[in-house]
Amino acid sequence: MHTTQTIFLDFEEPIKEVLDQIQSAKDLSENGGIDADTILKELDEKLETKCKEIHENLTPWQKVQLSRHPERPYTLDYIQALTNGDFRELHGDRNVGDDKAMIGGFGSIDGKTVMFIGQQKGRKTKQRQMRNFGMANPEGYRKAMRLMKLAEKFNKPIVCLIDTPGAYPGLEAEERGQGEAIARNLYEMMLLKVPIICIIIGEGASGGALGIGIGDKVFMLENTWYSVISPESCSSILWRSWDFKERAAEALKLTAKDMLGNKLIDGIIKEPLGGAHANPTVMYKKLRTELKKNLTKLGKMKVEKRTQERIDKFSSMGVVVK
Amino acid sequence: MAWFKRDKKSITTPTKEKKETPDGLWVKTSSGNIIESKELAKNFYVDPEGHHTRIGSKEYFDIIYDDAYYTEIHEKIASGDPLQFEDNKKYTDRIVATQKKTGLVDACRSAYGKTSGQHLVVTCMDFAFIGGSMGSVVGEKIALAIDYAIKKKCPFMMISKSGGARMMEAGFSLMQMAKTSAKLTQLSQKKLPYISYLTDPTTGGVTASFAMLGDVNIAEPNALIGFAGPRVIKETIGMDLPKGFQTSEFLLEKGFLDYIVDRRELRPELERIIRLLQN
Repeated sequence: MHTTQTIFLDFEEPIKEVLDQIQSAKDLSENGGIDADTILKELDEKLETKCKEIHENLTPWQKVQLSRHPERPYTLDYIQALTNGDFRELHGDRNVGDDKAMIGGFGSIDGKTVMFIGQQKGRKTKQRQMRNFGMANPEGYRKAMRLMKLAEKFNKPIVCLIDTPGAYPGLEAEERGQGEAIARNLYEMMLLKVPIICIIIGEGASGGALGIGIGDKVFMLENTWYSVISPESCSSILWRSWDFKERAAEALKLTAKDMLGNKLIDGIIKEPLGGAHANPTVMYKKLRTELKKNLTKLGKMKVEKRTQERIDKFSSMGVVVK
Repeated sequence: MAWFKRDKKSITTPTKEKKETPDGLWVKTSSGNIIESKELAKNFYVDPEGHHTRIGSKEYFDIIYDDAYYTEIHEKIASGDPLQFEDNKKYTDRIVATQKKTGLVDACRSAYGKTSGQHLVVTCMDFAFIGGSMGSVVGEKIALAIDYAIKKKCPFMMISKSGGARMMEAGFSLMQMAKTSAKLTQLSQKKLPYISYLTDPTTGGVTASFAMLGDVNIAEPNALIGFAGPRVIKETIGMDLPKGFQTSEFLLEKGFLDYIVDRRELRPELERIIRLLQN
């Protein structure tokens, strides 16, 4: 089993232990001239077993933690990989500025142009601040809409990569109409004449995620979450403490499996063993295959039928007793 | 010798003859004055200082519809419990208890009738029901009310009064934002007016969906309107919020409302905007 992971969450520790054993076996065989092939093979099997054991029994809260894993690929990583670097980022909402928490631009997948939109998180402290932790302001949502309309004009499909802890709850965000910006996107995305595919690649928190989340197909990667509130905030409201986040994560039914079971998304994209962060290359390949398959399918549909089905799908969501 | 002489000995009325003062005969206004509640009702629940007290769907329907005559529609739709949600109380128990306490089925009601002679469908949120929170029922009732307005070829009015999405329906609540927005595109395609009336308070997922999508967005004076709640913003920025932040007047100034309508002027103002849009 291959992994590029270097940072391990507490429940991933057993994986690290085996990896350390593998490393020392390798060191021994290289420096000590000992033939460690058999041991290495055994350890590799052990690694895979451990990995499966952990990943097949993840709790909802552990999935939330994985969705925030510091080594998980972010939006621009996916775009660079999907387009082999053939991507031109476009900036600004043409009104108040350029929101660095929301990125977008044209790129090509196997010669076909796609408009990519997504929240962007940063990796180091400075980058994280620059990206505002992936929390967009109203101008971010308005930039996203400007770019989506641009895609519509040139008849190019839209792919939204969603990864946000929420829309930014700041003073200026309110002044510039955070609520209106998100509401406008929900409305306009329903009517866009080009195919839209949305994928939750990390965190899908509430209106901030939904603001670029209206798609003909909405997918979640296996280890992501999507809900109306984060487990921590839910815990602090219902139990007046952050200590009940595990319970909140369970109650919210926020995993990909639950969301699909409740027909609130259209599908789950499997992650490589160990998660997207353990083997990004495999993750990119899987995503590319899924995207190409669905873009082709959606591209063949009549425009009216496609938008009508999009509207009908969202109109039918909910469970009531009549 | 005492200065004053007491003729009667303390209270002589026997307990059974005691007259009870009915509850709610008097109300305290925003500035602390005591006025008769009948007086307040006559004044559209706006106190002499101009403060708009919070009222429910029944009061709004009575104000809006001619002779307070209207038909409630889709009144039986109630909450399911798709997630079997439970915190320190079961969600289903919470619903039943709230229904008992408020006499309401869920956080909004819809009605059809005439205002100043013009047909109008209104969906009005009830803050008394779990903070007017939006779950599947609110989404479905708005969707059906829009269908009804399309069928009757009349305008649709939404009166928002809500803390936002209902946490206990998690993903379902979130998707009601998408659902209501989807339905509004259909109303729009029929060129039927959508009037959004924002009242105190309108926040969260409600602001970030149908409340902000009116052909005209109007609000009651001095209502709290925003996406994030004031407490959350204060915690995020670590500063006190400026005076008047997130009020109707603030939103009007920032360009998110068309105008502010005093509740006492709601009927004539509705008549005017519907006539101007549709004559």
